[in-house]
Amino acid sequence: MSILVDENSRVLVQGITGREGMARTKLMVEYGTNVVAGCTPGKGNQTVLEVPVYDTVQEARENVPEINTSVIFVPAPLVKNAALEAIAAGIKLLVLVPDRVPIYDVLEIAHAAKEADAQFLGPNTLGMLSVDKGVLGMMGGRAQTAKQWFKKGNVGVTSRSGGITSSIGYYLSKSGVGLSSIVHVGGDVIVGMPHPEIVKKFQDDPETEAVVMFGEIGTSQEEQVADLIENGEFTKPLIAFIGGAAAKSGTRFSHAGAIVEGNRGTHASKVKRLKEVGVHIVDNFDDIPQVTREVLQTLN
Amino acid sequence: MARLHEHKGKELLREFKIPTPKGILASSPEEVFNAVKEIASPVVIKAQIWATGRAGLGGIQFAQTPDEAKSASRKIFGLKVNDFEVTQVLVEAQIKIKQEFYAGIIIDDAAKSPVMIFSSMGGTGIEEIAAKHPEKVGKLKIDIITGFKDFQARDLIRKTGISGRLQMQLADVLVKLWKVAKKYEARSAEINPLVLTEEGQVMAADCRIAVDDYAVFRHPELGIDIARELNRPPSELDKIAYDVEKNDYRGTFYFIQMEEGFQKGEGYVGFHGAGGGGSMMSMDAVVAQGFKLANFTDTSGNPPASKVYRAAKIILSQQNIDAYFGSGSGVASQEQYHSARGLVKAFREENLSIPAVIRLGGNSEDLAIDILENYTKDLPAPVEGFKKDDSAFSCAERLKELVDNYKGNGKPEKQFTKPIAEKPYSFETITGTITYDHAACADCESKICIEKCVPEILKLENDVPVLAISKDEAKAGKCIECLACEVECIFHGNKGAYIDLPIAGLEEYLEKVA
Ligand code: SF4
Ligand code: SF4
Repeated sequence: MSILVDENSRVLVQGITGREGMARTKLMVEYGTNVVAGCTPGKGNQTVLEVPVYDTVQEARENVPEINTSVIFVPAPLVKNAALEAIAAGIKLLVLVPDRVPIYDVLEIAHAAKEADAQFLGPNTLGMLSVDKGVLGMMGGRAQTAKQWFKKGNVGVTSRSGGITSSIGYYLSKSGVGLSSIVHVGGDVIVGMPHPEIVKKFQDDPETEAVVMFGEIGTSQEEQVADLIENGEFTKPLIAFIGGAAAKSGTRFSHAGAIVEGNRGTHASKVKRLKEVGVHIVDNFDDIPQVTREVLQTLN
Repeated sequence: MARLHEHKGKELLREFKIPTPKGILASSPEEVFNAVKEIASPVVIKAQIWATGRAGLGGIQFAQTPDEAKSASRKIFGLKVNDFEVTQVLVEAQIKIKQEFYAGIIIDDAAKSPVMIFSSMGGTGIEEIAAKHPEKVGKLKIDIITGFKDFQARDLIRKTGISGRLQMQLADVLVKLWKVAKKYEARSAEINPLVLTEEGQVMAADCRIAVDDYAVFRHPELGIDIARELNRPPSELDKIAYDVEKNDYRGTFYFIQMEEGFQKGEGYVGFHGAGGGGSMMSMDAVVAQGFKLANFTDTSGNPPASKVYRAAKIILSQQNIDAYFGSGSGVASQEQYHSARGLVKAFREENLSIPAVIRLGGNSEDLAIDILENYTKDLPAPVEGFKKDDSAFSCAERLKELVDNYKGNGKPEKQFTKPIAEKPYSFETITGTITYDHAACADCESKICIEKCVPEILKLENDVPVLAISKDEAKAGKCIECLACEVECIFHGNKGAYIDLPIAGLEEYLEKVA
């Protein structure tokens, strides 16, 4: 097993005829992902890399009913419509790759997804990859490099930075620690599946023995993971690095933020909270592979 | 978050009929004088800046008469907060406050929804009040589709111990505040204090609204010239950079100046990151070597070479930097030769005279480093490229060595001038113009431009390069501005290619600072 994408995935690409859509479809297909359909309004009745293109998502599903996942590469202002279309057509897993999606649009997508019992990764995500099974988005950039960089194993990665997701994946693989799935949760404040959602998936994945998490200052994602550990909902070893130690804390503009988040959100608060619940905090990024290896050794 | 000044925020509140004290914006003591005459009552004069605790900084003054106000305002104009001078003040009628409250909306990441917050105690120190007296603070998630209803507002206020007519008056403001936040896509919208006056009216005495950066394009009426979270107005370079980003949707380019007015030898670095997380670590690495950051820049999300070029040009426009450090996550999914070519073009045009270390790990890193190093060998300063197995820390160390051993004076010896073609063949691209000088091309043996053009849109005709597609197609984006034709031509062709990628306002800026 692995999380989010595997041999049972049947993937639709929305915006398949655009610059990014086309390039990333190539990556996904060549890596072995089951890309079964594409959708671009007004550009149906053609194929892109042998993938049939439809005008609407509903039409795609009528023709290819097995579609269960959609990866979206449309310009940011159009993401809301594309996502709502996929959700309305009954697709349960969405990956919103674009950057700069307005936050109120994301809130509407989140609302619709919740009602329909669907989930989404992103926005502003490189996507994710399950080693030897599939890619959703653009993780690795090219199929050939993705195969070279990421080796099969039992460590899951969840990260708030796209580039760092592949860095951690690569440095772990290089040091002999293989991977199950690596996930970029997205760089925005509101994302569909933040760290806590991803670690829950890793909890349920028998192939994943330990998880590496790259956190950042801001939001309460890392603290929520600590809450999960405390409640016994996440029990696998967790190795974490929190970026932004040197970032200026600055005066907070909004009091409302402070009232809602309390003392959450800072580097110190995250590290403290995670340490309290026994997470292996790594202070130096370059030490992640070493610490992960040590943690894995204690398991066996 | 694009913050609005108090006066602008209050304008939005008034649009939805939330009462505010009578107020006039003024930009000089004379205007203050006239404003007070018009308001015809004692006033409070407030600096329009993005800072908390304005009163403590001297940014708030009270006055009874126009004359008094005029002279009091002189204390505010010219006040410097975060390196920025106060140029506007809001002159408002004084109000008699009977009671203070707090109302605010924020987007809560954990709830994935907006949250309305109301406190029956308001004013300064609201965070501490909220922490100490949770019973006085009410919070409610707002349904993004159905909105925030009057009954929800009343019940929220009731729970903080307020009843009767006041409850209804306050509820009315809360409902309207949500409408303001929704319409203008606010990341946060706060009224603090929200007050009850002696006369029994509920009013917004202060207001802070921050609009979602990504939604600013839908609200041109707000006149936000740069959608970034800054605690000062944007610098000229900030604005120049922002225009580049705004006019090119491919990839992301983020630039903010962190320091200005420093001297050579103080150790300021032009920083060029790629990707948020990697940039942050790279900044830490370069700071750990004793350098200081002149700016923060991020080009990521697969930007074209032209965008990386513009970023580098803008970074190098900062006067008196001692070094250039480029470093991202180290293992990039994008093809790194695009970035390499963008940097090469910029470094050559600037005749780079400060050491540069660029970490280009990721896809096609070998090719990228070949391009970067080989095509900059003839420049006054050293340029070194590194790969994914080199850490940000070791790259920063190397930069330190290069700077310490560098003997150049750091001033470019010669100025770049755009070449003038004898027999120009030109076509436009999304953001620039490409010209091949067919006089030079006729004598060129390699015709390397054709082979290196990434999307293969060039062909030979009469032994010189021309587009194999229509000019319209090239302009619409078939030319991906990879810069290969120019950069490769310099070394392997006959110097016949030049790509003009204008950056609006940059030349004027450089003339001014020179
Ligand atoms: S390589 Fe340069 S000189 Fe040679 S044909 Fe191309 S543009 Fe002309
Ligand atoms: S013409 Fe070709 S080589 Fe030159 S910039 Fe455009 S895409 Fe690149």
